[in-house]
Amino acid sequence: MTEPALVVRLEQAAPIPLKVAFDCAAGELVALVGPSGSGKSTILRAIAGLVKPMSGEVRCNGETWQDASRFVPPQARHAGLVFQHYALFPHMSARRNVEAALGTVPRAARRDRALELLDLVNLGGLEDRLPHALSGGQQQRVAVARALARDPQVLLLDEPFSAVDQVTRRKLQRELAQLRRRLRMPIVFVTHDLEEAAMLADRMVVLQAGETLQAGPPFELIARPRDVQVARLVDFRNLFHGEIVAHRPDAGHTLVRWLDFTLEAPLRTEFDAGGPISWGILPAHCILHRRDRPSRGERENPVTGVIDEFVPFGENAAVTMRVDGRADAELQLSIPLHVANRNSLAQGAEISVTLLREGIHLMPFQAFERRAGIPRGAGVDRRPAGE
Amino acid sequence: MDWTALWLSLKLAVATATLLLPLSILLARELAWRRFAGKAAVEALVALPLVLPPTVLGYYLLVVFAPQSALGQAFAAITGGTLAFSFAGLLVASIIFNLPFAVQPVQRAFESVPGQVREAAWLCGMSGWRTLWQVELPLAWPGLLSAFVLTFAHTLGEFGVVLMVGGNIPGETKTIAIAIYDRVQALDDSAAGAMSALLLGISFVSIALIYTLDRSRRRHD
Repeated sequence: MTEPALVVRLEQAAPIPLKVAFDCAAGELVALVGPSGSGKSTILRAIAGLVKPMSGEVRCNGETWQDASRFVPPQARHAGLVFQHYALFPHMSARRNVEAALGTVPRAARRDRALELLDLVNLGGLEDRLPHALSGGQQQRVAVARALARDPQVLLLDEPFSAVDQVTRRKLQRELAQLRRRLRMPIVFVTHDLEEAAMLADRMVVLQAGETLQAGPPFELIARPRDVQVARLVDFRNLFHGEIVAHRPDAGHTLVRWLDFTLEAPLRTEFDAGGPISWGILPAHCILHRRDRPSRGERENPVTGVIDEFVPFGENAAVTMRVDGRADAELQLSIPLHVANRNSLAQGAEISVTLLREGIHLMPFQAFERRAGIPRGAGVDRRPAGE
Repeated sequence: MDWTALWLSLKLAVATATLLLPLSILLARELAWRRFAGKAAVEALVALPLVLPPTVLGYYLLVVFAPQSALGQAFAAITGGTLAFSFAGLLVASIIFNLPFAVQPVQRAFESVPGQVREAAWLCGMSGWRTLWQVELPLAWPGLLSAFVLTFAHTLGEFGVVLMVGGNIPGETKTIAIAIYDRVQALDDSAAGAMSALLLGISFVSIALIYTLDRSRRRHD
């Protein structure tokens, strides 16, 4: 098997601890996600050669940029980096900013190539403006055009949408999604916005305190975090403890005891029967039972409880239900507002829901404290439940 | 009006400012961006002439410049002349005395160039020299101009160090500041007044120029 276009392995103890391993194929878009201070930007800077981690290796298209004996300076790496605040040359026009990266192109051809790149990022006509006369979104486009000017072997984007307003962000995100289809190099971008990562990336790499914890396709990672720590980082909100009752290989499920319920979960024989387990379920996998029209599906993992909080949130309602009325068993649901209204949901109402078997995700037991004040609706998965 | 003294002062001021500029660019760049052991000591040494009495600095320079000292002998061997009581010695003293006036504005100017803008230049494939020419200097030029003007004006008006190191040799070390002192001693008020007014005018215009430049730079930021 051929090696992925970009291979990154970094380790250091200080100043910022790093223990990083991930790859990125040509044309693939990998998102590095994690809380502030998790070392995301440092990793991009190490790939670009702007910092030199103590040990590790960076290889790009078979060329070694860093290993124990070699450190290629940034000038020789051909890495395009879009800085968080763009770092445009303030004294140069948009066109000259791009031309500055075209040092290897014959002088006569630079202008045309720069204009071509500015057209590519939808900035034609503004080439003579200085950066301070451009909006945040336009500056970002210049930065992208400049990063692409050297025909980089890897494109790196450091929180590229964090410095613009919401409307511009949506637009730029769409443009990046379109642009990347025309690019053949590996693309690594850093974000702390899970929703953004899930929307744009082919794969997500979850980081904490400089360590890569898990990598995978966004939905896979969001629905099936490897452990409670990753679950917390991807804002997996319904996390509980239970106990494995038994495995039923013939029926294809594992029985889990939670409070007074016995839940069916997808078969996971690697966990010992009788042992403790951590488990979780996304709000999207909790289906509200309609009062007026009971259905057969309600026999699948039904649980009942009382609505503790009911907050209309855009087109959905963020509902917290206390299962069996218990404060230590709060289940968060996201229910379309019209469904909530039709079922007369309100604080104090009794409801029952189905926990979809396929949605119950088992993880190794790990003690954790329940979090208070979790922002409602801030999660990655906004798909409605119920109906 | 002592035209010879004025001409000598202008020559000294232009030479000092011109020679100090590249020196301060090299030094200020290191101080602005590099972390190294003893950096605080270097910065303190650069700033020392701000607080040191000119006579103290002049005294030590005289000791170092003396014909029997190592530096004096080396200078004599190369040029056949002496450093003490000569224009060359005055120039060296002037460069040392003006270090803070040149280095500090340039250092502030380099510090104001965002680190990521320099990194962006490297990632555009620019070498250290090209980054200096195409990115750092164009962004730092108001600081460089400030340094030049300050050094120029300060050299023009310097008295204590010049008197200690250069003495009062017409055409060689007698600057306009010394000439004013000379005229006052001789009770020649009109000549002293004219030269003083001229120095006052040059100093005021220089400082006003620096403030104007600084304002225009801040408007661009």
